[in-house]
Amino acid sequence: MTPAGADAGVDGNPSLTPLPSTEAEQAAYEVLGLTEAEYLLIVEKLGREPNDVELAMFSLLWSEHCAYKHSRKLLRRLPTEGERVVMGPGENAGAVDVGSGHAVAFKVESHNHPSAVEPFQGAATGVGGILRDVFALGARPIAILDSLRFGELDSERSRFLLDGAVRGIGHYGNSIGVPTVGGEIYFEAPYEHNCLVNAMCVGLARTDEMVRAAAAGVGNAVVLMGAATGRDGIGGASVLASAELDDGDEAKRPTVQIGDPFEESKLLECCLELLGKGLLVSLQDLGAAGLTSSAGEMASAGGVGIDIDVARVPLREADMEPFEIMVSESQERMLAVVEPAQVADVLAVCEKWQTGGAEIGAITDSDQVRVLRGEEIVGEMPVEALVEGCPLYDLEPAEPGGWLYGNEDVLAERVAAVAGPTADPDDPGSILLALLASPSIASKRWAFEQYDSVVGSRTARRPESADAAVLAIPEAGSGIAISIDGNGRRVACDPYAGTVEAVLECTQNLACAGAEPLGLTNCLNFGNPEKPVTAWQLDRSVSGLADACEALGVPVVGGNVSLYNEGPEGPIYPSPVVGMVGGLPDPSAAAPSVFAREGDAIALVGPFAPSLAGSELAKLRGELDAGLPEPNVATVAATCVAVREAVRAGKLASAHDISDGGLACALAEAAIGSGRGCRIDLSPLLDRGCSAEEALFGEGTGGFLVSGERAALERLSDEGVELLVLGETGGEEIGIEAGDSTLRISALDAGAAWSSLGERLDRGS
Amino acid sequence: MRWGVLQFPGSCDERDALHACSLSGEARLVWHEERDLGGLDAIVVPGGFSYGDYLRAGAIARFSPAMEAVAEFAANGGPVLGICNGFQVLCEANLLPGALLRNENLRFVCRQVDLIPTDGPESGQIGRFEAHRWLSIPAKHGEGRYYAPEETLDEMEANGQIAFRYAPGQNPNGSLRDIAGVRNEAGNVLGLMPHPEHAVDPMTGSTDGLRVFESVARSLA
Repeated sequence: MTPAGADAGVDGNPSLTPLPSTEAEQAAYEVLGLTEAEYLLIVEKLGREPNDVELAMFSLLWSEHCAYKHSRKLLRRLPTEGERVVMGPGENAGAVDVGSGHAVAFKVESHNHPSAVEPFQGAATGVGGILRDVFALGARPIAILDSLRFGELDSERSRFLLDGAVRGIGHYGNSIGVPTVGGEIYFEAPYEHNCLVNAMCVGLARTDEMVRAAAAGVGNAVVLMGAATGRDGIGGASVLASAELDDGDEAKRPTVQIGDPFEESKLLECCLELLGKGLLVSLQDLGAAGLTSSAGEMASAGGVGIDIDVARVPLREADMEPFEIMVSESQERMLAVVEPAQVADVLAVCEKWQTGGAEIGAITDSDQVRVLRGEEIVGEMPVEALVEGCPLYDLEPAEPGGWLYGNEDVLAERVAAVAGPTADPDDPGSILLALLASPSIASKRWAFEQYDSVVGSRTARRPESADAAVLAIPEAGSGIAISIDGNGRRVACDPYAGTVEAVLECTQNLACAGAEPLGLTNCLNFGNPEKPVTAWQLDRSVSGLADACEALGVPVVGGNVSLYNEGPEGPIYPSPVVGMVGGLPDPSAAAPSVFAREGDAIALVGPFAPSLAGSELAKLRGELDAGLPEPNVATVAATCVAVREAVRAGKLASAHDISDGGLACALAEAAIGSGRGCRIDLSPLLDRGCSAEEALFGEGTGGFLVSGERAALERLSDEGVELLVLGETGGEEIGIEAGDSTLRISALDAGAAWSSLGERLDRGS
Repeated sequence: MRWGVLQFPGSCDERDALHACSLSGEARLVWHEERDLGGLDAIVVPGGFSYGDYLRAGAIARFSPAMEAVAEFAANGGPVLGICNGFQVLCEANLLPGALLRNENLRFVCRQVDLIPTDGPESGQIGRFEAHRWLSIPAKHGEGRYYAPEETLDEMEANGQIAFRYAPGQNPNGSLRDIAGVRNEAGNVLGLMPHPEHAVDPMTGSTDGLRVFESVARSLA
């Protein structure tokens, strides 16, 4: 073996075979997703042409998926610091302090294109990947949430993708024993071809046992743990994740990885035992771009060089080429840096858990990533060029002239389906039923019952029982609440305001549980950033995210960007997905979202200014247009504090944020879940200048629907929070007066409409 | 009261079971390669996906050294409680009659269910309850449809071996005769699909699961 750091020189080493610059070979980099300018930059940085191993490695680390080359500059706007931040962006996941020597680690990540090509394995490995990101820090995963987007439910393709993704998430999460405690699903035509599967994992760690990803210690060993390396997922990051989908997607199925939750379960326990025993210097998961990115990024973060000997990598297939070994995305693998004296102990723990463990390289002082095959050097690249050398691009945003997406009036059809052919599509009761049955609003029980939500014995609020998932953290004598949200349609109407709303909705969800935001993670799902309109959406959305987080004082501790989400019909709705974790003193104090008692007063709390712009009703009527009212972040934030404190003090019997479908849907949801009706008079809201329809079905940020003793509710207004008492719980009917409009629906009928998703899916229409 | 909770690679609910057991005594994990159950009064075979449930749920775990020891422990009259995957393992090991097939709708289901307990005929049997008090306990499984030949089911009913049924209308998986849990003829081995270890704290929804663990303790009294 050539000594590490000795400048063997590429030209002097016969084993390195530069690619000849013929036209046919030049196309090789294009096939791998690099531009000509990027290729020439690689040649300049190497001082020669890359060989096939190096080209494969560069093409992956310089892909959009790994290099964030169209988004990194924008992401610098996000606030990332805060008192409670233990780990921020750049690590495998972010982490915040929850007290008593414990931290909560979390991150959301996309697996969109694999799921659009093969939904079961795509979603399963999305869950597997985000779990590894969290336990790479030394945190035991304690919760999974998912944010899913599909085309309309009447499309066979959407039902196929939904079914596969839900099964895949369940398969992986259930089998590994991590509860899926929450999430959301939206159905919109722009996701028809390019569905979104975003998975968020939350883990718990002792702060003093956490570990970073940066490699350290020249002479330390590099140990690959977990599954053997095969040919699956080759080129996933560049070919699949960094280009638009098209009609030839079936041919890309071999680029989708196959997940094995049993392998990951053993690897998880093995890693946590190793970290608990203090046997690892650093740890990194193998995700997109496999060994290439994990070795490169560990070396880059630690400012060291790294040698990887592909001949020592345990393989599933004997005849794999070095480049295949370096870029394989075989799942359930982790890379660790280990002091030489500890290697035997590390391998013994791997043996105990019946998972793979092999010393495959070493940390060097060469500043190079070197790929060896035994004695032979088959690739040698400066760490800096490989990991940080990719050019970052400025976006060229251009604001579009108006609404970019389609509009279709389906209200009459939807009303007829749920209320009968003679029902009047302008009748508020019929509209309410149609909204409740709308797949994006309807109960997602069909999906979440396929997930284990209770394993781990921490789940204090199961899906759809409160606005946020609530987990007990007895280790810290407290709890956390988690919410994930993002309404792409509203972001499409106004990328800035829509993204602010997503952050505020998470904050409101946490307030209903009595939780104070501790940190935020996000996944930015957008179309092709090289198109000016998409660039504008991305730019405005990131500004909204940054401003909302700044105003709320919530740090962004990690995230993920997924671009090129387009099908033949065009881009998806711009879809930032926000995941937020909050702390609360007592998990059992979290308010339910449904009415709790007969005779409680019902009030609207907060600066709720309902508008039909971007609403579910506007969608059903085919009246979507650009523009949303501007959210008042400061007032919403102050309201959240007041609601949170009232929940913690046990003053509210229920608390629910007003979201999709407006106040009428929020009331119906609170009634359906409890089997208790309500009598409501919306005239105080009409007095503010709303129309009856806006008051019933208008959407907007900042509104809470709360119930409880009237005196307790009224005390909220003493704290300077806007409060309108609207009525009280009782009876079996949802009865709402809104000026001249009267709406009367039995809670049972409302419940039947709201619970219709499973039946429709089983029926296949 | 000293509990042992088996731990296989792929177990998921062993830590939760350990906690539930520790509420009524001492409890420790028993690694799947251990054969020595000395000093333990009762064994829990917990939920999860032992050895990945490759081949068939529970089919590999039954051959583990720890399960060989459990078979001997059960043959000597020691109380054994199998939960979910543990129930599947006990059926595979022929410590309980019948088998657990894939849910009727071929989907995993996670749902709070009400169980109607049935007392066994002998006073020393585990799983003895006040039969009028239903238990509210979460079920979560993909392969929980209880099956045994009709004549076996008739015999089991006659012998008092049906320990739990799902309440009317709540059978989540298509189990024959709504069976959620069964015991062996001697009454010292009990298996059930729903998870009593996830119903031991009001914060997580119910404390009815405690009664299942208490009934094991009572069988030793």
